[in-house]
Amino acid sequence: MSDKLTATNTLRTTRIESVKTENSTTKTYTFTDKQCAKAKPGQFLMLWIPKIDEIPLSIMNTQGNIVSVTVKNVGDATRHLHQKKPGDTIGVRGPFGNHFTQNNGRVLLVAGGTGTAPILFLAKQLAVKANRLSFIMGAKTRSELLFLNQFDPLCTEPTVAATEDGTYGVKCLATQPLEKLLAQEGKKKFDMVYACGPEGMIREVFTLTEKFGVQMEASLERLMRCGIGICGSCMIGKYRVCKDGPVFNSKRLREVTDELGISKLGFDGNRIPV
Amino acid sequence: MSSNPLKTRLAGLELKNPTALASGILGYSTESLQRIAKAGAAAVVTKSVGLTPRMGYPNPTVVQANCGIINAMGLPNPGIAEYTSEISFTKTVINVPLIVSVYGYSAEEYATVAKTATEAGADAVELNVSCPHVKETGSEIGQNPKLLTQLIRQVKAATSKAVIVKLSPNVTDIVEIAQAASDAGADALTAVNTVRAMAIDAETALPVLSNKRGGLSGPAMKPIALRAVYDISEKVKTPIIGCGGITTWKDAVEFLLAGASAVQIGTAIASRDPAVFKAINRGLTAYLKKKKHRSIKEIVGQAHRN
Repeated sequence: MSDKLTATNTLRTTRIESVKTENSTTKTYTFTDKQCAKAKPGQFLMLWIPKIDEIPLSIMNTQGNIVSVTVKNVGDATRHLHQKKPGDTIGVRGPFGNHFTQNNGRVLLVAGGTGTAPILFLAKQLAVKANRLSFIMGAKTRSELLFLNQFDPLCTEPTVAATEDGTYGVKCLATQPLEKLLAQEGKKKFDMVYACGPEGMIREVFTLTEKFGVQMEASLERLMRCGIGICGSCMIGKYRVCKDGPVFNSKRLREVTDELGISKLGFDGNRIPV
Repeated sequence: MSSNPLKTRLAGLELKNPTALASGILGYSTESLQRIAKAGAAAVVTKSVGLTPRMGYPNPTVVQANCGIINAMGLPNPGIAEYTSEISFTKTVINVPLIVSVYGYSAEEYATVAKTATEAGADAVELNVSCPHVKETGSEIGQNPKLLTQLIRQVKAATSKAVIVKLSPNVTDIVEIAQAASDAGADALTAVNTVRAMAIDAETALPVLSNKRGGLSGPAMKPIALRAVYDISEKVKTPIIGCGGITTWKDAVEFLLAGASAVQIGTAIASRDPAVFKAINRGLTAYLKKKKHRSIKEIVGQAHRN
């Protein structure tokens, strides 16, 4: 076992330093962890909620030795995590997986739901590098548009927001303004599309980037156990989302279209709908 | 020289080299097994499959130790009825032997799963009689020569394919168990499964794994497994597959010298990725050349003869 893996994978306990409520279902937690603070946008960590569970979470930001994760209350583990307060102890392993490539040309970001968290982390690093930085975000309703005002100062163009109920921005899915933009500008205008969000959205984004001949990278999610590429819980095609991913480029997405946005492995290894 | 020096034969299975994927690692889906086969493994062993689906334990199911990994997955699997299509499909896309790992709560269950798996196309079954973290299956049988004998006889009666028995290191005398398995008709013995272990977090004063106890794998296991292989091969004639902490070609050589005819690799995939198979096989080839051997078979058990 390489020392690097051993160090990364060793469980560290740390205390929650701050909890920020983003909306009625989502909170952002910060804590100190030297190793995860070195993470690049797209990487994830395993967060141990003592006595409850251990779950994979995208890293939303790092600053010095401080790490932030944004968590939506979607199940038993996240419900318990949402009850945690500053000073409570959690465990951390990671950072794990690959990361977004950070293209410094003309970049388009697409995010949905809590998938906005790693995209914000990426936007912060691309802001000083990319020639062009555009951002499209989508959610069911206005309150679910996470970090709505944080992208404008980072991007070269105003944020395009879409809500399914029309409470903010345009009333449609995020993929609608995306198609319009790609159709308008074609492959000449974007060197890379980075996406994170619900897998149905990612599938649509992938279909559109393929149609318009633009390269993309998407961060995917699967049920995870080990986080280090050995248990096989998070397979998509022949790839382990935890180790070969979580970021998949166009070439790899083409290899997993049978499953992308369609099926995943359940806790018992059976294929279930995404 | 035209023939492949790494080629060997074990329990009626033709192996292009002596490395196989250990059970419990990756092996649920056809695509992952296919990837490991393409990476150079001469055989693949699936995750353990039982009669009915199991969800496994909640996380944490894996915890890092200084020199290895402790896991208590809890035998997650889709159940043999669901898994047969995966077995049949896997057989159509891989060109190496497919070994299905089998567990059960009774000899009847093991026999039924083994029969179903081999009818679906498995080239052999490996009986998991050594899972250290699920009660009433696995190690209770693997620790009792009488129960193990009955189990192997029943499985042998249910299938004509090779029956491999994966031994538990969590016993007083592994040679006695290995002898019982051999006498009962096991075609090969995998030595060994994980050692019972646990991790406790000092800050929270809690066991880390949700199941509290798990099994240790990785480099910490190597000297333990090596001794087991050496001792078994001294007394028992049945071929042995060495398993436990094999990470480099040198580790593999040591197991062969101790008496293993082949080796299984698992945890090393975490640190070295599936490329570990090619790396180990390259090292084995170079070792044979350096030591002027024509076949890998020549070094099996050599440490006993020197």
